[in-house]
Amino acid sequence: MNPVPTFQDIVLTLKKYWGDRGCIIQEPFDVEVGAGTSSPETFLRTLGPKPYRTAYVQPSRRPADGRYGDNPNRLYKHMQLQVILKPTPADVIDLYMGSLEAIGIDLRKHDLKLEEDNWENPSLGAWGVGWQVMLDGLEITQFTYFQQVGGIDLDLVPAEITYGLERLTAFLQGVDSVYDIEWTTGVKYREVRYNDELQYSVYNFELADVPTLWKLFETHEAEAKRLLALYAESKSKRRFPLLPTYDHVLKCSNLFNTLDSRGAISVTERVAVIGRIRRIAVAVAESWMDQQGFTATEEEAA
Amino acid sequence: MNLLLEIGSEEIPDSMLAGALDYLGTAVASAIKDSSLGVVETFTDGTPRRLVVRAEGILERQPDAEERVWGPAKNAPAAAIAGFAKKQGLPPEQLELLSDGKAEKYSCLRRIEGRPAVDVLAEILPKLILKTPFPKTMYWAGKGTARFIRPIRWIVALLDDQVIPFEVAGVWAANESSGHRRLGAKSFAVTYDDYEQKLFQNYVILSAEEREKRIRAVGVNYKQDPGLLKVLVNITEWPTPIVGTFDKEFLSLPKEVLSEVMRYHQKYFSVENEAGDLEPVFVAVTNTDGDPEGLIRHGNERVLRARFNDARFFWDADQKKRLVDRVADLANVTYQAKLGTYLDKTERICELVLILIELFKNPGAVLDEELISEAKVRYAFEQGGEDFAAIRAARLCKADLTTELVKEFTDLQGVIGGLYARVQGEPEEVAMAIYEHYRPVGVDDSIPETRAGQFVALADKLDSVKGCFKAGMIPSGSKDPFAVRRAVQGVVRILVEGGLRLPIQSLLDGNEQLEEFFLDRIRYYFRETCGFEYDEVNAVLAAAWDDLVDVQQRLEAIQAVRPSEDFEPLAASFRRIQNILRQAQFEGTGAEVEESLLEDGAEMELHIEFEKVRNYIRENAGELGYTGVLAIIATLRPKVDQFFDKVLVNVQNPAVRQNRLTLLHNMLEEFSSIADFSEIVTTSQEMK
Repeated sequence: MNPVPTFQDIVLTLKKYWGDRGCIIQEPFDVEVGAGTSSPETFLRTLGPKPYRTAYVQPSRRPADGRYGDNPNRLYKHMQLQVILKPTPADVIDLYMGSLEAIGIDLRKHDLKLEEDNWENPSLGAWGVGWQVMLDGLEITQFTYFQQVGGIDLDLVPAEITYGLERLTAFLQGVDSVYDIEWTTGVKYREVRYNDELQYSVYNFELADVPTLWKLFETHEAEAKRLLALYAESKSKRRFPLLPTYDHVLKCSNLFNTLDSRGAISVTERVAVIGRIRRIAVAVAESWMDQQGFTATEEEAA
Repeated sequence: MNLLLEIGSEEIPDSMLAGALDYLGTAVASAIKDSSLGVVETFTDGTPRRLVVRAEGILERQPDAEERVWGPAKNAPAAAIAGFAKKQGLPPEQLELLSDGKAEKYSCLRRIEGRPAVDVLAEILPKLILKTPFPKTMYWAGKGTARFIRPIRWIVALLDDQVIPFEVAGVWAANESSGHRRLGAKSFAVTYDDYEQKLFQNYVILSAEEREKRIRAVGVNYKQDPGLLKVLVNITEWPTPIVGTFDKEFLSLPKEVLSEVMRYHQKYFSVENEAGDLEPVFVAVTNTDGDPEGLIRHGNERVLRARFNDARFFWDADQKKRLVDRVADLANVTYQAKLGTYLDKTERICELVLILIELFKNPGAVLDEELISEAKVRYAFEQGGEDFAAIRAARLCKADLTTELVKEFTDLQGVIGGLYARVQGEPEEVAMAIYEHYRPVGVDDSIPETRAGQFVALADKLDSVKGCFKAGMIPSGSKDPFAVRRAVQGVVRILVEGGLRLPIQSLLDGNEQLEEFFLDRIRYYFRETCGFEYDEVNAVLAAAWDDLVDVQQRLEAIQAVRPSEDFEPLAASFRRIQNILRQAQFEGTGAEVEESLLEDGAEMELHIEFEKVRNYIRENAGELGYTGVLAIIATLRPKVDQFFDKVLVNVQNPAVRQNRLTLLHNMLEEFSSIADFSEIVTTSQEMK
């Protein structure tokens, strides 16, 4: 690896590192999400008693964090590298520190602290406890031991390691603005991503049509509910499309975030809308458990 | 024998250490005592990765004990008796025939051999460890397994050199500890004696005090912050402070914002010059042994620069819309589901401030809607002055909730509003009132300094409290999610410490539950914060509590007069009078005493003395002050004593009896406006 790694060096090195440690290297999920946790690779795979290890980059959209490409540290869409180790190995923190060494951070020369930071995603009915990992005062990773997903107590506790790739790279390259990150030799992050940041900020803050977004929200919500009701009735549950159902949940979640950035959701409404998303997310999680045979059902027993 | 217990965990949140160590120290000591292994003192230490308990002088084994075993009754068949004896390993003739309280039975003493301490502890410790109270625990080894604050990764449990064999969540206790994550060895053997030294060799300073010393030795005069210091001590095993700098140009941002970023976001100490201005310097505390290449300093400086840039970005963005234009946007910010938006709250605060201003000028005023709307019109045209500042600030005080900076730094609500008001050309009094209207934030915080700030703070807090009571969100026990207690405490402190003579009781809309709640906080304040005796507080509040400044003056008077020899005996007499009146069910007739019915001697003398004292006090109350008045009242004591010695109140003659009760009643009533003296606990009472 180069003495100063590029953005893609770091991605490739981390993927290799975790791939060597038994992780299935997945590609990003292709429905828009706010975090790697929302991908079914995490949301659904962490349910039930089957061990699983995976790692993937997840472009994560946070409409309210957009700054028209002006702010050196805030992005509408940033890249997370998400690692799931289920169940958590006892040496998980050593493994994590090894990954930092692998991308060229000499931990002997830096200050690493694990500071309490418990994580919760109310619209997915998920929470866990853990830390934010601070390297020389910079938060580079969220580390979480999941306890519940989709409102369900987890059989095996997975560790979720989420690297903020832009921050980590800016740290290693010694640049102050994410836009100055070298994506690959001779190409800056700005050249790759600036247009997304500008155009999505304009859309999310200025042009997104609120009634249309609400209509879309309701359409996706209705479709998810329709499918969930069908699942309950279904005689052939094994082939039932729960994964596409979950896509509609994620659509709702992203639409909610966009409405929020548009200032269209009051604080009171907020709780109610999060509750609506949570209900369908939890219902998908429960149906998934059932479908995968993680809980005994009449169909399975027969 | 010496016990060493080290629970090795992944990073424990800093705020959880103290509570866990308190529990473990106490629980180990009492478990040892309850197991008859001796009475020992325990010593605890903690770092982010270990909870440590040590104790010396534990008995090697429990002393042997005897237990009585009861067998068959006296009249049981011989075979049963023989069977019992055999089971106990005794010949039948050695059994004793004793009564167990109900019947005579065969019995014997059984010797219970004491068990070795190591066996007893192996049983006790795992249960005790898992009972450590934490506000939020987790499981890590699968559903239904052990819960702790973070995963337990190793356990050292030694009794002298012997490992106490037990297991918690799959981890077996051993004699192997673990060092600093990056600087120390992963695993090394320890003994009771070399434990602390071995840790030190592996870059773990066990003693919190020693870690604190290392931080303090930074050599830069940073701004003292005991709370932050404690956090830093608790998140490091080998703390090393470093000094960094930032660009002077950031000093153009308000100090409040810069300090907030350093303190709460980055856990840095800030540095001030003698004038109290920020220097472009900070102190960060690392968890490592040095920074020879300056990499850590450089990294921290860069993070701080980014944070400051963010703050500046927000600051600039916020200036695009003035506070006054943001007020209407508060309609989109919910205050509380049942209590409407912040715009609703703003309207209520504005009206309350008006009422406070009017009441302050004219304490007896009856405020009807007409009067309020009249005042609204009057103040609408008034510019400048204290009252205007309060009203203007009330209008703007919540507008900063819509700013980016407050969304980012919620703790700075109010402060940011004040700073924005200032740069946006609001009068200084208005800016100041907005700035300080959340004060006092805690017991150590002072009340707002300006009168306008005090009015807005009062109105804001009163509105919150009244709203919560109305919506049924009443604090109970330790549950107080809306911080109502703190708001009431704030109201009390502002009124008393600000010397504001406002009728607090009248402002509570006659809500008895709310009045009771206020009284409770008022009592607490005068007792715990001001140090008055509880009976003095009860006596004074029983008389009246509408005006808390007056309450304080009366309390001071009682405190001043109390040591005089006549005061407590007189208070005792007043209680006696009250009992007599209560027993006679006499509530006064409104009439004066009929002099012709008075008996010469003690009764007449008391009457004359009372008239004299009463008239003197009525004419000179202003000059006398409460202390003077109380001193004069106390001079009645000899005549009162003499009256009770010589005169019987409950005489046959109804007219005379009635007249005597009137004398006593009038006296009690006359002198009870300062305090209800019957609440004073006198020495003689305490001796009972």
